[in-house]
Amino acid sequence: MTQYILRRFLWAIPVLLGASFLVFWSIRWVPGDPAIAIAGELATPELVEKVRAELGLDRPLPIQYGIYLGRMLRGDMGTSVRSGLPVLEEIRIRLPRTLQLAFFSLLLAAAIGIPIGVLSATRANTWIDALSMIFALLGVSMPIFWLGLMLIVFFALTLPSWLGLNQPILPPTGAGTWQHLVMPTIALAANSMAIQARMTRASMLEVLRSDYIRTARAKGVPEFSVVYNHGLRNALIPIVTVIGLQFGTLLGGAVLTETVFAWPGIGRLLVDSIGYRDYPVIQGTVLVITVGFVLVNLLVDVLYAYLDPRIRYT
Amino acid sequence: MTASSGSITARQGGDVAVRAPRSNLNMTLRRLSRSPGAILGAILVAMFILIGIFAPALAPHDFEAADFARARQPPSAEHWLGTDELGRDLLSRLLYGARLSLVVGLISVGIGVLVGAPLGLISGYAGGRVDQVIMRLMDILLAFPSILLAILMVAAFGPSLTNAMIAIGVVSIPVYARLMRGSTLSIKEELYIEASRSVGTPSHHILTRHVLPNTIAPIVVQSTLQIAVAIQASAALGFLGLGAPPDVPEWGNMLQKGRTYILSAPHIVVFPGLAIMSVVLGFNLMGDGLRDALDPRMAR
Repeated sequence: MTQYILRRFLWAIPVLLGASFLVFWSIRWVPGDPAIAIAGELATPELVEKVRAELGLDRPLPIQYGIYLGRMLRGDMGTSVRSGLPVLEEIRIRLPRTLQLAFFSLLLAAAIGIPIGVLSATRANTWIDALSMIFALLGVSMPIFWLGLMLIVFFALTLPSWLGLNQPILPPTGAGTWQHLVMPTIALAANSMAIQARMTRASMLEVLRSDYIRTARAKGVPEFSVVYNHGLRNALIPIVTVIGLQFGTLLGGAVLTETVFAWPGIGRLLVDSIGYRDYPVIQGTVLVITVGFVLVNLLVDVLYAYLDPRIRYT
Repeated sequence: MTASSGSITARQGGDVAVRAPRSNLNMTLRRLSRSPGAILGAILVAMFILIGIFAPALAPHDFEAADFARARQPPSAEHWLGTDELGRDLLSRLLYGARLSLVVGLISVGIGVLVGAPLGLISGYAGGRVDQVIMRLMDILLAFPSILLAILMVAAFGPSLTNAMIAIGVVSIPVYARLMRGSTLSIKEELYIEASRSVGTPSHHILTRHVLPNTIAPIVVQSTLQIAVAIQASAALGFLGLGAPPDVPEWGNMLQKGRTYILSAPHIVVFPGLAIMSVVLGFNLMGDGLRDALDPRMAR
């Protein structure tokens, strides 16, 4: 197991280096001078020169990347063109909000998606199964930002008018209270919920067909226990992997949800920074989310190997 | 994958070569026609394509004609889906939007297939260091949540529909490379490839004549599903203001513009979203159906 974990960690290093190189390199795609792009279009010539010297823009590319990597490892992601604050500080303020949103969304998705998948599998090829899978397919096909907008219409317009109220049931934008969390959580969870329901159904169907389930039934184990104790426990292995991978995807999806609900997380920070051409922040947020994504995937792989010993030996 | 069994026969004799894939296609179509989901998907996709092609003939109004006096009107007999924030006919804009989404879907999937599939083919066939290098590069692209990589690229190159299409296409390259590599690896071990190699057939000939035709089925399935992903991604970029210019009737764009009036004129955001969802659903249903129809296990 230790050897497997070590191997996976070692594998993650070149991937992270490659991803960081791509982020570093992205500033070179911006038309014009990268020093102006980083310092901001309104920067004084002195500031542009200072940035040029700091980043070593007159030196060969591998050295520039070395300088960049050294700065990133020290937590120096540069300064926001817009706010003048260090990029790391900007991210530090907002990251907990994004993690909070992703965490609750994942929780909601699992709490609804897994039972739907189990129900679908135990009632395979019935109308319950068909209906659940239609909902799951709709969940996969629905753009999450549109679902967000529809939730706003429903909770701020339709439902209050049905109830004869003059104000929204839930606050459509912002953060701070649990009410603010409800709509963004649902919007972000929908897609993941659908994927988990589909995955649980497939995994459960596979497990329920296996010999030990037949044995359990044959020796008279109650159906509930067959499904949950014997079936779901084994079917959960691939589901846990999907849930883990979903967390990373949710970090990406948060960009859209946070934009819809003006949720003050790093997704919104990224979108706002694009509007202001605040490249240090754009690079910083993309790098932080990507590193998070890689690390979560790594943890999922290790967890998977722990849950299913066969993986370690392949 | 099913294609491989038919095509093995295809390599054995001249006239069989013509018939085998056709009977395979017939079997696939027959299986597809038995799946209600796939049929619904095909209908939705066909409607979408036809609307995309014939948008100018179908649109009841000029999609660009603004009429401020009639801004944000709810659906009526004259404007079936109402008007947008500038008083333009929403239905006409949606129909033209279908055309844009169709183009975005096809071009970005085209980029993914044309770059990703050859990379996977070479990677799987060559093996060794070539395989290592190509697949590690693909791992790096996969290290990003896909929407984020697209955002990074569009933010750097500048927001435009072309850049959005390129970004979405680039993001899908590793998907095709991995898929193609997997198929190539399994086909490489087939007896007829070994036979072909042993009689001295050059590698490029084996790749294009023997390996490539047998990997088409999974690529077709993936592309169907990927068009759905591309349309969603393009709408997402449009919604973030990173796609087409603001006055272009791209569905994501329309949602972004309509968002401001969500509480006074919700119809402006309801319909473009329904359009995206129906098309994405169509491609998803069709992709799922195709996968099941082409899956050899289903054939038994």
